Amino acid sequence: MNAGAVLELEGITKRFGALVANDDVTLSLQKGEVLALLGENGAGKTTLMNILFGHYAADAGEVRVEGKPLPSGKPRAAIAAGVGMVHQHFTLAGNLTVLENIVIGSESLWKLGMDREGAERKIRALSVQFGLPVDPAARIGDLSVGERQRVEILKALYRDARILILDEPTAVLARPEAEQLFTILRGMAQGGLSIIFISHKLHEVMGASDRVVVLRGGKVVAERATGQTNAAELAELMVGRAVARPKRAAHEVGAPVVVAEGLSVSSGGGMALDRVRFEVRAGEILGIVGVSGNGQAMLGRVLSGLARPDAGTITFDGRDISRITPREAVGLGIGRVPEDRHAEGVVGDLAVWENAVLERLRDFARWGFVRRRAAEAHAAGLIARFDIRGAGPATRTRLLSGGNMQKLILGRNLAAGPRFLLANQPTRGLDEGAIAAVHQELLMARAEGAAILLISEDLDEAVGLSDRLQAISKGRLSEPIAAEAVDARRLGLMMAGVWETRDAV
Amino acid sequence: MRFERREEVSVSALILAPLGAVLAALVLCAGLIAMAGVSPWTAYAEMLRGAFGSRLAVTETFTRASPLILTGLAAAVAFRARLWNIGGEGQFYMGALAAAALGHSVLIGWPLPLAWAALAAAGMAAGAVLLLVPALLRLRFGVDEVVTTLLLNFIVLLFVGLMVEGVLKDPMAFGWPQSVPVAAGLRLPDLVPRSRLHVGIVLAVVVVLVVWLVQSRTVFGAETRAAGLNPRAAAFAGVPITATLVKVALLSGGLAGLAGAIEVLGPVGYVTTTLSPGFGYAGIVVAMLAALHPLGVVAASVFVATVFVGADAMSRATGVPSFIADVIMAVALLAMLVALLFTTYRVRR
Amino acid sequence: MMEAFEILTTASLWAAVLRIATPLIFGVLGALICERAGVLNLGIEGIMTMGAMVGWLTVYWGGDLWTGLAMAVLAGMVMGWVHAMLTVPLGLSQHVSGLGITLLASALSYYLYRLWVEVGDLPPTIEPFLPWAVPFLSDIPFVGEVLFTQTPPTYVALMLVGVVAWMLARTPMGLALRMTGENPHAVEAQGLNPVRIRIWAVMVGSGIMALGGAFLTTAAFNSFFPGMVQGRGWICIALVVFASWRPGKALIGALLFALFDAFQLRLQTVVEGVPYQLFLMAPYVLSIVALILVARRARVPEALMQPYRRGER
Repeated sequence: MNAGAVLELEGITKRFGALVANDDVTLSLQKGEVLALLGENGAGKTTLMNILFGHYAADAGEVRVEGKPLPSGKPRAAIAAGVGMVHQHFTLAGNLTVLENIVIGSESLWKLGMDREGAERKIRALSVQFGLPVDPAARIGDLSVGERQRVEILKALYRDARILILDEPTAVLARPEAEQLFTILRGMAQGGLSIIFISHKLHEVMGASDRVVVLRGGKVVAERATGQTNAAELAELMVGRAVARPKRAAHEVGAPVVVAEGLSVSSGGGMALDRVRFEVRAGEILGIVGVSGNGQAMLGRVLSGLARPDAGTITFDGRDISRITPREAVGLGIGRVPEDRHAEGVVGDLAVWENAVLERLRDFARWGFVRRRAAEAHAAGLIARFDIRGAGPATRTRLLSGGNMQKLILGRNLAAGPRFLLANQPTRGLDEGAIAAVHQELLMARAEGAAILLISEDLDEAVGLSDRLQAISKGRLSEPIAAEAVDARRLGLMMAGVWETRDAV
Repeated sequence: MRFERREEVSVSALILAPLGAVLAALVLCAGLIAMAGVSPWTAYAEMLRGAFGSRLAVTETFTRASPLILTGLAAAVAFRARLWNIGGEGQFYMGALAAAALGHSVLIGWPLPLAWAALAAAGMAAGAVLLLVPALLRLRFGVDEVVTTLLLNFIVLLFVGLMVEGVLKDPMAFGWPQSVPVAAGLRLPDLVPRSRLHVGIVLAVVVVLVVWLVQSRTVFGAETRAAGLNPRAAAFAGVPITATLVKVALLSGGLAGLAGAIEVLGPVGYVTTTLSPGFGYAGIVVAMLAALHPLGVVAASVFVATVFVGADAMSRATGVPSFIADVIMAVALLAMLVALLFTTYRVRR
Repeated sequence: MMEAFEILTTASLWAAVLRIATPLIFGVLGALICERAGVLNLGIEGIMTMGAMVGWLTVYWGGDLWTGLAMAVLAGMVMGWVHAMLTVPLGLSQHVSGLGITLLASALSYYLYRLWVEVGDLPPTIEPFLPWAVPFLSDIPFVGEVLFTQTPPTYVALMLVGVVAWMLARTPMGLALRMTGENPHAVEAQGLNPVRIRIWAVMVGSGIMALGGAFLTTAAFNSFFPGMVQGRGWICIALVVFASWRPGKALIGALLFALFDAFQLRLQTVVEGVPYQLFLMAPYVLSIVALILVARRARVPEALMQPYRRGER
């Protein structure tokens, strides 16, 4: 028992099949404290918080709020005990209003009527008190990502939460918005709320927390007062071993391979891409950085042949490719790594060999019949060359780990030696080992002369791999700057849409 | 309680699932039969005897199975691509009308194999066009094809009525609303003499084998599977989703249309508004019991035909309403859905 | 041509419109409740059949007409429960399960009817609901004859539109139901149980659908026979889309549809030389056309047909 702790987790263990997501995790939260839960993707942070909030029932262990045990597997009980959770993927209904999203669940389902005025008063009061302005009557679908997050926080506050859990709260925010959020959280903590936020970003943890708990492989590996540690130590604790990401070597860059001019795409009333201009040269990586949802997805779709621009051109070796189909893109030697492996990269229920040749089935066919043996041999070749582990050609693709799935996707693109490669969020959700492997492959393709467009939300990755960088904000692209010329502040501003054209390269 | 995906779906589980579903259906329906004051044992024994107890019974059962194989296959190929074709009944009738219209006089004098090929093609085309409309409405406007194919069944049945009382009316039928008959020379030959069983069932099995080959071995088959399992990933990899679904629609509608054409060219010879005792709807049950596998369709069709033919005989012998056959089908379908869940998921606490 | 217009001005046509619309109103409201919670209920055709049979049978066995309606609701809820169990906790295909329910409910209704009812040359009959003239209001010329001289279930249907609309828009339960159809994860995150909400929504919706079937046998006709629902359930599914999942618009859709149906019935007697099948086809064609017209701009509940499994995204 920890004196003064508002929240204690003791011996929490959770298994999913063979995977142990949380292994005997014990931690506590003091009143008025901001605790950071730091860990890599897959370290078990989100599972732990879902147990705390009652989405999952733990296999072993206990959660206590203010000394009283919380029944497991019941979000209702967690809410009643004063725990509020802000999920990474917002749990909001886009077609309903802010007010409706906030009040749901707060009144008995059997009441014949709702106190809308009272609810609105309370929301407005909370907005003012905590500096979270929103319009209660607005439809969620019309709000920006930042506003939606405020609604999520208000949902918890409306239910009188005294403990607030935020899962990767800055994943969708630009730097200035993120800083503003942490200021608000700090204010809440001073007002007596206790806060846990989950993150894998070191600078955030260092800047905003009082205390850090590091989770690795489902276990608590370290606990530090933030003032008595530093980013380097935390990085090593988080990853557990020194995994060096490969370094980009300087080399000669060739002629432009892909050139986009004045590329515009409208979507849902707004402009997903607005007069975008870039060029990617042979043997270089051009990094596109930005906060999620600023047009990266549309840029990826256009370059993959899935969407057509309303205006502008893209040329590939001088040939217009703004209106090609995916199949034509593959035929031209354009490699494409999609943003979402599971949704777009592979068909999970098909075998590895089928996914390996899906893009070029006709090259592996005679008279319309698939030459299965040749296709399997090709897949076996990819497995060997790209070190895809835990799989044979006949394995169901869904059984591969994220990293190996990504190697399969990269492999099927790189095997043909593409002249141009689109890599859209190529390491999202991967662990450090897999990230290093993916980076290695990208750099090798670069060394062999491929022109690579890297779209990434991971700044370290973008800066580490790219020769030049452009920021994307609200569908507009900044002028490129050399990777050597960037610093964190400047990139942060660029991603927020503030850029100068002065020192373009 | 939560569900966890199994790593591999075993073949034995896929074979056990329909057997379990059928068994569950028979057990549940035993209660209904008992309500009629008849021992379920007696009733099921009578059903078996009715379906297989004599040479005539066996041929009747297989005669009933042959259109079911094709309508079942029609549903299976469509469902596999996530195209919800519930319009098999209408497509069956369109195929039947096409065969009757052309087979009455137009094709007389053609060499027989050519005439049969033309009649089959006409039946397939008629069914295919009928499904093409809802498929295009879904692809173009996002209209749910379940509702449109269902509504088209009603429209087609009225259209059949219009035809058999109108331009295709048989003047020799003493005022009965039935279509002109197919020319005697164009009828499909019997397989077993002095029975209604004709070469249609052989044709149906050949079609099953061809579809199986296409699905498992060809580029089209692979693309269809990819499009059905994960349309977004398939589209990203360059599978033309619209074209693939259109092809699937043509194939599925064509198969159901072929079923209608063969039924007219084989045992029946003309079209009425009661030509089909729900072959199109039963095809959905067949497809599900077959777990959408072409070879399974054959086995499932024989089972469904057994229940229907057997239930008629059983009803005559015991007085249990023959609607029990429809109840068995429906329960088997629902039980199969649950059984399939347990082949792909396991339950964990 | 003039005759066609004259038809439109007769009170009997408009009274028929309400009569024809009644089963559709029940059906479309029931389907709407299920779909607003995120579950497509293609069992509707069978559930209406079952409601028709059970409602009729209750009265045939000596029950009172209102008891007949109550039993129909109960039977509908049982069928709805089966569909809900298969599609909500088990997360099975709503399409296939719904069709299975339709097959099951229809087959079961026919089976039990044959088992329990002695059918001679003509199906046996009951004393159905008679039109009940609302005091005073029914004396209003034209309007009185159209609106206030209907059978009691029609009044129930009209009132139910208001009740459902109010429930969805104004009560915590309606909010929870709508939210479940939009994003069940949001519902769970606020401490409610989306699985339970969906199960209840499907059961209640199915009970209301069954009333539509029961109207056919206890008010519109006085007997039960196989195939009597005649695709009304499927038309209701189309009407829900046409109504953009709103009760008020659903009422308008059902009335428009019924107007068309009543009009073509009367037109048949006036226009000669056109086969009656073409008139009978019209409602189904109209449904498809309505679907095409609204499909593009329909705002579908976001989680419709998305199975909800806890912790899965």
